[in-house]
Amino acid sequence: MKLNGGQALMKSLELEGVDVLFGLPGGATLPLYDPLIDSSIRHILVRHEQGAGHMAEGYAHVTGRAGVALVTSGPGATNIVTPLCDAYMDSIPLVVITGQVPYAAIGTDAFQEADTTGITMSVTKHNFLVTEAQDIPQVIHDAFHIATTGRPGPVLVDIPKDIVDPNNPRSGLDWHEPDGHDLPGYNPATEVDPELIRRAADLIVAAERPVIYSGGGILKARAAEALRDLAELTEIHVVTTLMNRGGFPDDHPLCLGMPGMHGNYTAVTALQESDLLITLGARFDDRVTGKVDAFAPHAKIIHVDIDAAEIDKVRRADVGMRGDCRAVIEALVAELRGRSGLHTVDRSSWNQTISGWQERYPLTYEQSAPGEALKPQFVLEQLRDGTPDDTIVVSGVGQHQMWTSQWWKFNHPYTWVNSGGLGTMGFAVPAAIGAKVGRPDRMVWAVDGDGCWQMTSQELVTAAAERIPVKIAILNNAYLGMVRQWQEMFYDERYSEVYLSPDLPDYVGWSRAMGCEAFRVEDVDEVESVIAKANEIDDRPVVVEFRVESAEKVFPMVPSGRSNSDIVVDPSQQG
Amino acid sequence: MAKTLHTLVVLVENKAGVLARVAGLFARRGFNIESLAVAPTPDERFSRITFVVDVASAPLDQVVKQLDKLINVVEIRQLPPAESVERELMVATVNASAAQRGEIMDLVRIFEARVLNVGPDHLMVSLSGSPGRVDDFEDLLRPYGIVELQRTGRIALPRLSRTTTPA
Repeated sequence: MKLNGGQALMKSLELEGVDVLFGLPGGATLPLYDPLIDSSIRHILVRHEQGAGHMAEGYAHVTGRAGVALVTSGPGATNIVTPLCDAYMDSIPLVVITGQVPYAAIGTDAFQEADTTGITMSVTKHNFLVTEAQDIPQVIHDAFHIATTGRPGPVLVDIPKDIVDPNNPRSGLDWHEPDGHDLPGYNPATEVDPELIRRAADLIVAAERPVIYSGGGILKARAAEALRDLAELTEIHVVTTLMNRGGFPDDHPLCLGMPGMHGNYTAVTALQESDLLITLGARFDDRVTGKVDAFAPHAKIIHVDIDAAEIDKVRRADVGMRGDCRAVIEALVAELRGRSGLHTVDRSSWNQTISGWQERYPLTYEQSAPGEALKPQFVLEQLRDGTPDDTIVVSGVGQHQMWTSQWWKFNHPYTWVNSGGLGTMGFAVPAAIGAKVGRPDRMVWAVDGDGCWQMTSQELVTAAAERIPVKIAILNNAYLGMVRQWQEMFYDERYSEVYLSPDLPDYVGWSRAMGCEAFRVEDVDEVESVIAKANEIDDRPVVVEFRVESAEKVFPMVPSGRSNSDIVVDPSQQG
Repeated sequence: MAKTLHTLVVLVENKAGVLARVAGLFARRGFNIESLAVAPTPDERFSRITFVVDVASAPLDQVVKQLDKLINVVEIRQLPPAESVERELMVATVNASAAQRGEIMDLVRIFEARVLNVGPDHLMVSLSGSPGRVDDFEDLLRPYGIVELQRTGRIALPRLSRTTTPA
């Protein structure tokens, strides 16, 4: 069958099971957009390419399938570098297709030319510059394979215009369905090493103060159930990092919640005081460890990761295993089930210590007096209690992100979408749109900050036009709040360039102008009813602006570069 | 500070941009590459890159693991200098007046170097050998005045076991 390159690309995407593309056309992608008219794939027309990338990420977060974005050459490609880097840091499967100037024009500084593969080399798992139309089916097949297997990540495919342009003879090809992969340097498969499983089990049965340190790799490996089996069998408590919120249910008695810089006291301190960390799909990120040299000083380390480069990268492992988290955990559970004396070590004093911390240092905040600005934590409690249990929650980056992770109850996997590694402000609005496209059956709420919202809010035009009914809560504290918090605590309250104003822009007016329903909430008594009203709207996006207290800070906090032992709790719990 | 040199031999797919990907991993961490040699292998799908880097072992292990993650990297070997045979090629043009020529020719004979080109006032010579031997030869040529000099960067193979090394 004779096809042109553009037709071959669409057919290849269909073969990979792609049902939606997030994109924005341009000169170099005209020949890719033309066959789209005849394709079954849904296209969502974004307003900015960064939006396309984050939407694809949101889609991938909640479905586990690769999100796909299609953008043009030059500025289209450079605008999507941030989502690529974001997906790279958080191991999100993404396939991004960029148009490129015709092959003969590459390197001539042609109009809208950029060295896209060069620019994105260090923020993608892999990238391709396709030079022959004939290669398109194989490259697309390889791109999806690389993006979704092993440690998932973003893959970029850069396609020169002439090889997809039906008017150019270089675009002709004989269609052929790819037969496997020829990637001699790529070996994502791993085998479970029974000897390492035995050694890990030895450490687990002997530990007096063990903690399971579970990270985003649990969700990537679809290992939430296996993790639960392991925790229940061993009766060991679990911390869930920012990337694994929901990977172990918050309402489980063994769940300690989030560790790290803004983790709760018990999760942070249990890691710190443990004698064994069973590290599953987590990478000892600096936001979790605090000062690395002082992190969990008495703990032996079991470390399981699909990426061999993570083992011994930050902390040397006593038992390091490259492996798929689910396969390893299942093997570990089987090994432990066969052990007599699984519960011979008396951990009652450790468990009492943990419950003592939980009682003494729960998350807390001071309620606002009537007439005062809303407390962000209160808004989150109301939002949490007023929405279905399996609501998908998406956040931007900053104080609101930490409060959401702290105050929400994540009882189901794949209900928490955020930018953990790169910390991308402006992530929430487009990622929420992508999440809703991926899971239209679920309610999707984004919790955003006023600073974040102003970065990508134009994508609400996309959501309104496409009838994607996401709900956005803006916690408007008139500041770049996390920066303000650091200036207050570490820069002598010298508030340099962090004030944004509560009224400029008019968030409600702007949202309505974009085709959304919008509300402003200033009174404690209105919070619950407005959330209920927002929940009922299902035919367009809704934006709810909550006017929250500017001075409110996120506690607990481990100051940057300090030991987790120096955790600062809420002022009401100090002393 | 004493150098901690490591030799890495990396088998990669013979595709555009692969050298940039591999070198980029060193650059990202601020490691300087001391020496680099690249050539195709008998199997035309692959090329072999030999790196010499000056870096402590622990960060090097991390770079090796990161290199291994690159899709186009097929195999990585670390060759400790003591357990490998290393070779490098040097080509140099040196000042060689009639009075100096005899002395330079003595050096050429001692080092088993070769004369590639003869001019009225210059000699072009080449030497292949261990990096240290090439260094020595370069040092001895320098007083005559080196006009131009190029070295290839080193290549390496693991040393054979002692019993099979010719006396």
